[in-house]
Formats: sequence, C-alpha cells, structure tokens
Amino acid sequence: MQGITFDIAHMLAGSLVLVSFIQLYQQRLSALLNIFALHAFVLALSVAWQAYVQDAPHLYITAIIALVFKAIVIPVALRRIVIRLGIHREIENVFGVGLAMLLGICLVALSMVVMLRVTSGADPLAREDLAFALSVVLLGMLMMVTRRNAVSQVVGFMSLENGLVLAATGAKGMPLVVEISIAFSVLIAFIVIGIFLFRIRERFDTVDMQAMDRFRGEQR
Amino acid sequence: MTIDALEGVLLIPALSAGLLAALPGYRLTSRLNMLAAFLTFLTAASLFVVEPESGRYLLVDDLNKVFIVLTAFVAFTTSGFSASYIGHEIETGRLKPNHVRFYHAMYQVLMFAMNLALTANNIGLMWVAIELATLTTVLMVGIYRTHEALEAAWKYFILGSIGIALALFGTILVYMAARPVIGEGPDAMVWTILMTKAASFDPDLLNVAFVFLLLGYGTKVGLAPLHAWLPDAHAEGPTPISAVLSGLLLNVALYALLRFKMLLALNPVAIAPGPLMVTMGLISAVFAAFMLYRRRDIKRMFAYSSIEHMGIIVFAFGMGGPLANFAGLLHMTMHSLTKSAIFFAVGHIAQIKGTQKIADIGGLTISHPVLGWGLVAGVVAIAGLPPMGIFMSEFLVVSSTFARAPWLVLILVIAILVALGGLFIKLNTIAFGEPRGSNAPAQASYVPMFAHLAIVFAAGIYMPPALVTGFQNVARLLG
Repeated sequence: MQGITFDIAHMLAGSLVLVSFIQLYQQRLSALLNIFALHAFVLALSVAWQAYVQDAPHLYITAIIALVFKAIVIPVALRRIVIRLGIHREIENVFGVGLAMLLGICLVALSMVVMLRVTSGADPLAREDLAFALSVVLLGMLMMVTRRNAVSQVVGFMSLENGLVLAATGAKGMPLVVEISIAFSVLIAFIVIGIFLFRIRERFDTVDMQAMDRFRGEQR
Repeated sequence: MTIDALEGVLLIPALSAGLLAALPGYRLTSRLNMLAAFLTFLTAASLFVVEPESGRYLLVDDLNKVFIVLTAFVAFTTSGFSASYIGHEIETGRLKPNHVRFYHAMYQVLMFAMNLALTANNIGLMWVAIELATLTTVLMVGIYRTHEALEAAWKYFILGSIGIALALFGTILVYMAARPVIGEGPDAMVWTILMTKAASFDPDLLNVAFVFLLLGYGTKVGLAPLHAWLPDAHAEGPTPISAVLSGLLLNVALYALLRFKMLLALNPVAIAPGPLMVTMGLISAVFAAFMLYRRRDIKRMFAYSSIEHMGIIVFAFGMGGPLANFAGLLHMTMHSLTKSAIFFAVGHIAQIKGTQKIADIGGLTISHPVLGWGLVAGVVAIAGLPPMGIFMSEFLVVSSTFARAPWLVLILVIAILVALGGLFIKLNTIAFGEPRGSNAPAQASYVPMFAHLAIVFAAGIYMPPALVTGFQNVARLLG
C-alpha cells in the first residue's frame, strides 16, 4: 500500500511541474489562462491526495480553496479582464520558447540536486514533494521574468504560489494557519492586482510592461 | 480579560484603522492618526516598565523591545509630519479626500502589520505580518496614480512578492528541519520552542532554509542585488511613506533575518550565517555609494543612501560578536531617526518647489533657512560626520571589526567615504548657491524633524548608561 500512495503523490506533484512547463510555451493569453486553471486543478488533486495520505482533514480545505478559487474563480475573472481589454490573443516572450524551455530544464535539475541532497534524512514522500515544489516555484519565477505582459506576470506569480502550497502540504503536520494565510494572501494579491490592472488600463491603454518602462523616473 | 502592552500595540492600530476608514475629513482624521500613533508609542514604551509574559503567539524579549519602541516612536513623529504634508497635498489637489481616508486607514494597518511581525512568536505568523506590511505599502506607493507611481508600485509588488515567496519557502524548510525533533504541529513553528531545540535540527536543511530566508527577507531589507524596487517605491509614494519605509519597514525585515541568524547560530553543524550577510552587506554598501553620484531625484538619492546604510548594518550584524552587534544596533537606530528626519525635510522641500529634481532645487539655506539648515544637519548626520550619532555608530562598526577583517573593513570605509562625497556634491546644489525654483513660504511642521535630529545629536555626544546597558544586553542575545 505504501508503494501505491507514494506513486500517486509522486505522479501528481510531477504533473504539476509538467503543467508549469506547458505554461512556459503558451503563446496566447487565453490559452495561458486555461493552462493555469489546469495547474490549479492538479494542485487541488495533489493536496487532496496528501490530505488522504497524511490523514489530515484540514488539508481538504486547502484543496477546495485551490479548486474553487484558483482553478475556477481567478481564471474566469482574468479572462473577463483580458477580453475587456481586447488582448486575449497577444503574448510576447522576451526569450524564444526554446531558450525558455532550456532554462526551465536547468532550473528543475538545480532544484532536484539541491533538495534531494539536503533532505536525505527526511521521509521520501516529503523529499520528492519539496524538490517538485521548488521546481514549480522556480518555473513560476522564470515565467515572471520572461513575460512582459502584466496578466501573464500575474499568472506566473500565482503558479509560483501553487508551488509554495505544494511545499507546505508536503511538510507533514504543518499548521493550518499557514495554508489559510497562503490562500488569503493570494486573494489579497488578486484584489491588488485587479485594481492595478484597471488603473494601468486607465493610464496607458496597454498592459504591456515594456510600455511602462518608458516612464522611469530618472530618464528624463 | 486584561490586555497587556503586547496586545495593546496590536489592538490600538487595528482598531484605529477601522475607525479612520469610517471617518471623513482630513483635519480630524490626521489628528486621530497622530493620537493613535502616540497611544501606541506610550504602550510600547511601557514594555520597558512592565514586561508582559511571552505567550504562544506573542513574544517579548530584549531584542524586539528595542525594535517595537523605535517603530512606535518613528511612526508617531511621522504621523505628525504626515498631518501637515497631507494638508498641503489636499490644498494642491494632488490627493482627494477619499484617498486621504484610505491613506490614514492604511497607515494604521501598516503599523499593525509591523508590530505583529515584531511581536510574533511564530515563524508563520511573522511571515504573514511581513506580507501584510508589503501589500499595504504597495497600495500606499501607488496612491498618486501617476505613471511613475503605478510603475513603482507594480515593481515593488512583483519583487516584493518574489522575496516574500522565497521567505515562505525558507520558513517551510525551517519547519521541516524542526519537525523530526519537536514533532508535528504548531509547536515546530514557535520561536521560543525552536530556540531551545535548535542544536539538534538537521543542519543541511537549515543551511538551505537560511539561503532562501536571506534572499527573501533580504529583498525586503533592500540588499543589492535585490534592491531594485526600493528607489522607485521611495521616490514615487507620499513622503511620509518614504520615511516609514526607510526608517521602519527595512528594519522589520532585518529583524526577521536576525531572528533566523540567531536560530542558525545555535546549531553547531550548520553554516555560519555571518559571512553570507557580510558579503551582501558590503556589496550593497559599495554599490549604493557609487550610485549616489548619478542621482537626479532627491528622494531617489536618499533611497540609495538607505541601501548603503542597510548594507553597513547587515555587515555589522554579519560580523557578530557583542561589540559589532552593539554597533549595528546603534547604527540601525540612528539611521532610522536620521533618515526619517531627512525625508521630513525633503517632503516639505518637494512640496514648496513642486518638483523632486535636484537640478530644479537650489539655495535652500537662503530661501528657506530653517528647512535648508535642517536638511544640511540631516545630511551631515547621515554622511557620518562628527558630532552626530551616526559618526559614533559607524566608528564603532569599523573599530569593532577592524582587528578581525581589516581588508573587508577597508572596503566598507571606502564605501562610506564615497557616499559622503556623493551626498555632499548633491547637497551643495540643493542647499547653497543662488535660490532656484519656487520661493513659496513653507507651511511646514518642523517639530518632528528637529526632534529626531536632536536625539541623533545628543546620542553622538552622550549615551545614557541605561541605554548602553540595554543595547549591550541585546547585543549579547544576538551572539
């Protein structure tokens, strides 16, 4: 029985990394939002499985938050914003897709090397989870730096947070305070971002961050 | 149920935030804001008289007492400055009354978040508090809704979130390290319990955790190369917020870092966190010192000066030992007081001149002698010239570490001197020569600025023995 529970947890965490990779090469915003919803859905499954394995019912709450809030509410809301702004077709990468994927592979390798080496004492489930979680976090960061569009930066940030939730649930018995706070912070972050996106729209007629760079305080 | 001072410093800001959000009229609310900050300060000061028990969620010891009182004091004086600053902003129409209501509520929320971060006895709770403080300041930086303010807020938000995310990952790793020893559940996140058992934690996990924490909270401290948000956020937000950011929020992040450093120091096998901090501190100090020369915006310039001083402070704490810690602590206190005083002056100057560009500001000592000379005194203090308190703390940093690492200290001294040059070149344009720009009379409140400068001046000449013993106790605690 130990074997199969481990395998399923491993598969779900691994899929999360895979979905992070799929996010990396999405060219259009609407597709990116779909993939993000999938990302959050896989996270919800993974967290629910952890709740079952660890016999920790409070983790189901985290899973439900991930499912309802991140996989449904946020993608729907973001899609509305994107369509209202008329930018659902555009996305531009700073690097090419190939280079981004290559960098992503390097980051995953790095996190495996670091996390597997230092956690040799911990139980195997937690080890793998942490290594995958760090990969997701790093891939989220990579996405934030390679994208110029405000909406896709937000998506990158949220997939980064998904990685953190994966890490927090993998750490057995971590208090509920933290999980709720993570969900809560995403909520706040989303409100903040929402306000900002609308203000940016008011001012710039674009959500392209490159356009904003012109307004640097010191270049005039 | 009785409420002790520890709960008081959290409850007063939290309740007044609600109250201020509901009340209209900036005259009333800015006074209420001052009153709330003053009450918080009194409550914080009472910690020195009656020390409440540390509980499961809140903690008080010699270390955070210093931070809490400093935070409450600067928050109080800043609220005084803020009242006259905001009055002017309303008159010129840069802020609408609705924004002011929001601003005052956010000011108190920020106080609450900082006090919570300083008193939390739980690494998770501390993280939540710092995250809350970040989000609050993001909103305040963007309050003017200009292009620059929005870009600054966005940059601050993105970089701050990445830093906060890294810090959370580090926090989770600390929990993972503590779990086998302390057992599952909330106990493995409580500071007081962590500190007693730290010696038997898994050292490898602690090492990796500290790297994440250093990068994460280091972003909030403004250490190079993670400082990119700091100058923008300081330059584009309302000036009272620049003062609070520089004087307090950077300290709060530093406090988190120091706590984790103490945790690592208790484990005999884990890496020494000192050298990492020394390196980042030195890089920040040198980098920021050279960056001072290229600045054209007065608030941006003092933001870089903050990076430089945070570098010096992190260097001092990284070197460790009772003397260097004492010097670091003193330098932190002096920097908070001086830098906020400078921002008080700069805020009024920018309002009078209607610009923050250094090239458009000139001859202040002639056109506005009180403000001008106040700024000169502040810059003399921040550059580390005698007889001000920063001279003494920088002297202590250098002398206490020179025997151990002469070459590193040499680099630090060069950075300090380079920064001094940069500051004085700019000061010369701003304060002396022919007056440039608008000559509108100043409607300023000078009391907060001169109160800070007086304390810094007094500390440079005479330190009361009680204060010295207090700081020595903290320095010993820091190891």
